[in-house]
Amino acid sequence: MEAFTTHTGRAVPLRRSNVDTDQIIPAHWLKKVTRDGFEDGLFEAWRKDENFVLNRPERQGASVLVAGPDFGTGSSREHAVWALQNFGFKAVVSSRFADIFRGNSLKNGLLTVVLEQKVVDALWELTEADPTAEVTVDLEARQVRAEGITADFELDENARWRLLNGLDDISLTLQNEADIAAYEASRPAFKPRTIAA
Amino acid sequence: MGRTLAEKVWDDHVVRRAEGEPDLLFIDLHLLHEVTSPQAFDGLRQAGRPVRRLDLTIATEDHNTPTLDIDKPIADPVSRAQLETLRKNCADFGVRLHPLGDVEQGVVHVVGPQLGLTQPGTTVVCGDSHTSTHGAFGALAFGIGTSQVEHVLATQTLPLARPKTMAITVEGELPDEVTAKDLILAIIARIGTGGGQGYILEYRGSAIEKLSMEARMTICNMSIEAGARAGMIAPDATTFDYLKGRDHAPEGEDWDAAVAYWNTLRSDDDAVFDAEVVIDAAELAPFVTWGTNPGQGAPLSANVPDPASYEDASERHAAEKALEYMGLTAGQALRDISVDTVFVGSCTNGRIEDLRNAASILDGRKVADGVRMLVVPGSVRVALQAVSEGLDKVFTEAGAEWRHAGCSMCLGMNPDQLAPGERSASTSNRNFEGRQGKGGRTHLVSPQVAAATAVLGHLASPADLSDARTPAGVR
Repeated sequence: MEAFTTHTGRAVPLRRSNVDTDQIIPAHWLKKVTRDGFEDGLFEAWRKDENFVLNRPERQGASVLVAGPDFGTGSSREHAVWALQNFGFKAVVSSRFADIFRGNSLKNGLLTVVLEQKVVDALWELTEADPTAEVTVDLEARQVRAEGITADFELDENARWRLLNGLDDISLTLQNEADIAAYEASRPAFKPRTIAA
Repeated sequence: MGRTLAEKVWDDHVVRRAEGEPDLLFIDLHLLHEVTSPQAFDGLRQAGRPVRRLDLTIATEDHNTPTLDIDKPIADPVSRAQLETLRKNCADFGVRLHPLGDVEQGVVHVVGPQLGLTQPGTTVVCGDSHTSTHGAFGALAFGIGTSQVEHVLATQTLPLARPKTMAITVEGELPDEVTAKDLILAIIARIGTGGGQGYILEYRGSAIEKLSMEARMTICNMSIEAGARAGMIAPDATTFDYLKGRDHAPEGEDWDAAVAYWNTLRSDDDAVFDAEVVIDAAELAPFVTWGTNPGQGAPLSANVPDPASYEDASERHAAEKALEYMGLTAGQALRDISVDTVFVGSCTNGRIEDLRNAASILDGRKVADGVRMLVVPGSVRVALQAVSEGLDKVFTEAGAEWRHAGCSMCLGMNPDQLAPGERSASTSNRNFEGRQGKGGRTHLVSPQVAAATAVLGHLASPADLSDARTPAGVR
């Protein structure tokens, strides 16, 4: 995973709540068996409207998505995270994320930043009025900064450490091999098995 | 202090606990399907890692599989390639797979329970958000992303922060006509699509205890639609009776030891939940959705709400957008909404009881002119059981299409889709924009409401069917 320390970029204000992962990447894109090539599927239905914010010329190259509450609800598809990253997003800001989407994001180095709705409102107003306004997402300081806006955000220390260092979760877990083996040895005999061991 | 059911199952699976780190949790059962696994297997290959516990892993094909002409090659080359990728991955790594055409094939959340693999007190994961279904057995079951699928394949564990717990207490008797689906739709409308975010829900109370296993699965299945990590119901005699004798249920001394353990899996009297919602079962009625998220629902007897009635600006905006997409007008009676398609199936309502319930309404009646009705059993085993009871004949004589098992029109990854502007009454779990096909409009309903809607051509409950009929008698 790529490390995330701090990122500054222009923003896309997405004034919608309950953006489910079916909107982020529709199901027919899920037939692909790679982690890349999803950029054209991002918000595919909404992008058919030329006035959709992502289609606006002034938003090209923007890398911070500022969305309404309950972003990433629904399906567990990690393709939603890959689509956002393939398109060029480095961070998503919302007042509330769905759990699975948030977990998937952090596994891939897409930073999900939870801010109060009033700060999200302020970011919307700023970036709608001035599409060239830059937003900085600083993971080291756990802070979002833009013109006239400074807001601290929370992220648990362990997740932050893994992101800052771009650490691979599987390798970290396998360092605990002895614990896993000990647990396996203690499991009751009645636990189900899909095939004879 | 006592512990909740979720806390007990969690604690029993902690491999490693350290200050400042998420708990490392052991996973008892990992279910795989073709959509969310290919990139995970690729990751294993790149790192040269094997699947750690093949005996705790099982795969089936469900999302892409056609429900017609299953003996012919799959027409869509991309769907075919994805299924072939799963077959190759399972063969290369040694994973047990039930492919299209196998008698154990079906929707992954139907297959696990019917094989007896889903058991109380286990941890169950799958790269699919409706993994919450398995919580009906008192399992801690949740959907994961593809990176986590790879993590479980490689380590049989997941590092996870423990969620909070919320009790959803439903007391009293559900009125006639009110099903588990109506109950869960009402719960989601009450707490919202984000109401369960950060929580494991435990459904409890006298109304829950009276539900069958399949009804409990319908409830837990939709926990994710309230944003919850998982939903659980304490195991009891209903659970044990369902499991006894199934292929992978324990036997002999193991059964006795298992039941002794399972009996400990209930929230202690002095356990403290982080939140509680209390619902009076007697107040519930058949429930349908009118909007584009599962929380936008109302009793069937209600009208389409007026967005202006929402105080919260974000909810008001969401309701406006939803009515626009759904082609509905504020104040319109929900019963006046006509549909083009009725879908009975999915991991929410594709089990044998669901098919029996729909068939009991359709028996001796006809699907309305101009309405297409698809009945898609959740698994091959469900289909075989339905055929042995003559339910397939009831459906086809009524004018419905009887299909092969799979996810089908729940998400339209196979050819079963709505056309743009088409409207469905669907027993599935998501009414998102375009979920059942680009531009398709979905109303979530119970199997009984689906069947009555098919007969009348507009959203309806069985009580609306005043016609005389000549039931052949569901066998």
